[in-house]
Amino acid sequence: MEISKIISIAISMVFINNFILSKFLGLCSFLGVSRQTKAAFSMGIAVVFVMVFSALLTSLVYAFILVPLNIAYLRTIFFILIIAAFVQFIEMAIRKHSPLLYKALGIYLPLITTNCAVLGVAILNINEFFAPGAPVITGIFYSIIQAFFAGIGFCVALLLMSGIRERLEFTDTPSSMKGIPVAFIVASIMSLAFMGFSGFKL
Amino acid sequence: MKNLIKEFSKGITVLNPTFGLILGLCPTLAVSTSLFNALGMGVAATFVLVFSNLIISALRNFIPGRIRLPAYIVIIATFVTMCELAIKAYLPALGQSLGIFIPLIVVNCIIMARAEAFASRNPVLPSIFDGLGMGIGFTLGISIIAFIRELLGSGSIAGFGLLKSNEFILVMILAPGALLTMGLLIALSRLLGITKK
Repeated sequence: MEISKIISIAISMVFINNFILSKFLGLCSFLGVSRQTKAAFSMGIAVVFVMVFSALLTSLVYAFILVPLNIAYLRTIFFILIIAAFVQFIEMAIRKHSPLLYKALGIYLPLITTNCAVLGVAILNINEFFAPGAPVITGIFYSIIQAFFAGIGFCVALLLMSGIRERLEFTDTPSSMKGIPVAFIVASIMSLAFMGFSGFKL
Repeated sequence: MKNLIKEFSKGITVLNPTFGLILGLCPTLAVSTSLFNALGMGVAATFVLVFSNLIISALRNFIPGRIRLPAYIVIIATFVTMCELAIKAYLPALGQSLGIFIPLIVVNCIIMARAEAFASRNPVLPSIFDGLGMGIGFTLGISIIAFIRELLGSGSIAGFGLLKSNEFILVMILAPGALLTMGLLIALSRLLGITKK
């Protein structure tokens, strides 16, 4: 667990390999909830939260259940069920204990189950940190770090986009370009800007 | 029969998943760097769509309403796993270039949307045709994007080089090119009236 590796994961996940703008994970929710900054912020926080905990759960299940039982090829089914169950559980817990938070996050939580960024980071973690023979504890630790910063990267892109889209509402775009198409073009320009980070050698 | 043809054709035109419904964006943009990858992804997604629609519509009276979404997810994930293992065994090169987007077919919104909106309410035969139409519509959409991107970005079609020059628009096969192509194609299909807003 070196500090330099953590920093390199952080910069890579937030800027160089930003989940939305360079890996295309979580685009549906990116376009769906980026109309208002407030909603985008709530969604971003919910995604970071779910990503970190589902990364922890999936890596634990992978290392201590799937690998010892020799059924690692069933990981997709296990992971999506873990994520769906976790999201459902969180929704119930928040509804019971914190109505205020439920009001802010409530409607976005069920959407997260089918957000490919959550399942995507779980599978990426397994591919990168759980090679046969690698130490399990370090793998779990790096998985959580990677999930956290991937979530932050998701948040950053979502907030930037929502700021631009709030102003786009007042511009005079051709009718066939209104809404989604022009949002794609804006995202393309943002992605071009983020490509500037790809020169970093870590 | 007429009805079945209607269910089949709506996925290709008005309710086209890529340009009309705008669903399943992640694989559409990520694997459309070459026509070969796009066709592979399209065929894999069509297989999963048809079979998950078949099973879900056959079991629609047995799955309790409250736990239907987890049940659908398990059915879809089963077919995705089958697909993943088959691609890894017989087409390792395709598996390498599609990468994590094969397991991510599970969270492709098109499949879940068709399960919830169509297969859970209709008999088996129309559901199969619906899945087939949606799958072909998706394959068509992703192939059009891939065709444009590959032609402009690397000057070839499905791996066959067409142009002798070395100066291509590299950005088209990178992330910004995908978003730009997608935005312009949706606008075009709305302008021509193929899909509605």
